[in-house]
Amino acid sequence: MEILVCARRVPDTSENEIEINAAGSDIERDEVVYSINEADNYAVEEALQIRDRVGGNVTVVTVGNEDDEEILRRQLAMGANQAVLLSDDSFSGSDGRGIAAILAAFVQKGHYDLILTGVQADDGGAQVGGMLAAMLDYPFASLANSIQVGEGKLRVSREIESGNREINEIDLPCVLSIQTGINEPRYVGMRGIRQVASVPIPALGAADVGVDQTAVGDAGARVKRVDYFVPALSKGAQILHGSREENADQVLELVAAKGGLK
Amino acid sequence: MARIFAYIVHRGGVVDDSAAELLAAAKKIDRTASVTAILTGWGADLDAACDSLRSSFGETWKIANETLSYPNAELVRQALLGALPAGSILVVLHDHFGIDLSPGLSIKWNAAFVSDVMGIEGIDGNSLNLVRQEFGGQVSTHVRCDISSGAVINIRPGAFKPESGITTSGEVIDKSFTVSTLTSRRRYIETIVAEAGDVDITKHSVLVSIGRGIQEKENVSIAEELAEVLGAAVSCSRPVVDAKWMEKSRQVGSSGKTVKPKVYLAFGISGAFQHLAGIKGNPFLIAVNKNPKAPIFQVADIGIVDDILEFVPVLTEKARELRGVSAK
Repeated sequence: MEILVCARRVPDTSENEIEINAAGSDIERDEVVYSINEADNYAVEEALQIRDRVGGNVTVVTVGNEDDEEILRRQLAMGANQAVLLSDDSFSGSDGRGIAAILAAFVQKGHYDLILTGVQADDGGAQVGGMLAAMLDYPFASLANSIQVGEGKLRVSREIESGNREINEIDLPCVLSIQTGINEPRYVGMRGIRQVASVPIPALGAADVGVDQTAVGDAGARVKRVDYFVPALSKGAQILHGSREENADQVLELVAAKGGLK
Repeated sequence: MARIFAYIVHRGGVVDDSAAELLAAAKKIDRTASVTAILTGWGADLDAACDSLRSSFGETWKIANETLSYPNAELVRQALLGALPAGSILVVLHDHFGIDLSPGLSIKWNAAFVSDVMGIEGIDGNSLNLVRQEFGGQVSTHVRCDISSGAVINIRPGAFKPESGITTSGEVIDKSFTVSTLTSRRRYIETIVAEAGDVDITKHSVLVSIGRGIQEKENVSIAEELAEVLGAAVSCSRPVVDAKWMEKSRQVGSSGKTVKPKVYLAFGISGAFQHLAGIKGNPFLIAVNKNPKAPIFQVADIGIVDDILEFVPVLTEKARELRGVSAK
């Protein structure tokens, strides 16, 4: 099976306190630790496991710039067969639809049976997978939390409310967005990344993929972020400033007072 | 002025509670608009759901088709494309169904799409001005959406307070004729209900709830020890289940359990809205987190900025002294 995974490099919120810059135009990015978007990492692992069961190839693609090569390199180290960077000045400022248009053009240059994305990025909208499927006229299912491969089709479980699962059968080729927790992504160390340091990562521009320039970039975006801000806090928590021991005593008193201890 | 529609989910003849939130959001787009509910389904259930909306929506559009008995988003999308006038605005709930339906709908309908909207500031010319959050709620953004060819707006569950006192006498209009044969390359098979776990976290008055801050599986025991002394149960947020450190049955949130304790101890939990959606009954919420910017501090009653791996063992020891329990 030929599998394409669309992945992104994002600020890692488990590693960073996100601050807004003085102008409110962006977050402070200088000190930020980046990593592959968490759900995308699960998508890559899922693709690798499917390939290892039924054969084929895994290609990982991202829309970005040379900084984003680091996550592609990491995914090669995880075991992806190839990685491609889609990069062009004209892509900058694209909204979700623009990103999906770039990916759709790239997909149409090749042949893929299965296309995976992460369900959502921390600064994203859970949208590119569904848009890409519509542009390609492929069937789509979001929030996939288990995949079984059949003949020309997949049996896909979707995460719905209250921990319930919705089981669907979906014909190939298709697009799925992958929910976190679907598998246990393998660990990649520095050694693994060094081993793929010399693997070439082709970079393709707008002309290479043949995307309609009016659909991408700032000019093509129908949805634009105007600014970042921190909303006025509601009441907010009363913060305890005592020593660890004092705070613990106070927590126990409060738990008892609120009817928590019998 | 663009016409505004709200896609309403229903089950067993009863509309989902979110219908009132969708109406409130639609009214924020345009105060003066007569909002049209649009429903898909089949049979008596659909009829009953449509009828129940007469008192709140100016019009209710009904799309009846046997293939829509189960709301497969791939089929619902086709049905809506047949019925919706171009250039309109459609409001949808951003849950597992809205995530499935809307992005693709926006492409096929040639409309703009904005997901997970939590604030609506109104229309300015061809722009709809919206508020979203990024990075797990650590920052908010103003977003401008070009609505000149229509828009699909997915709203965050719980973000729009239903307005009281809206009464109208709307009519149900049958739009089933707009739908021809519906076919999909994705077929619904069945729904598998979550297994009950070893502990029912919905029955406990105190929950010791852990998040990503617990860092590794071996550390879960510090929460279990505290819970034992307090007579509480251990629950958790999504990352703990994703990492396979606890069973899914212990997860609090929109994709897990809904709990109603008296006291909720949130340890190392950032406070994503999907998690908060599972905490009902307004419990006394005590949050401990290393990150002073964690959104959990906006909703907690008491906050402590500390490393839970250091704080929880101290708390457990103090609780043992208080309760006269000796350490194992």
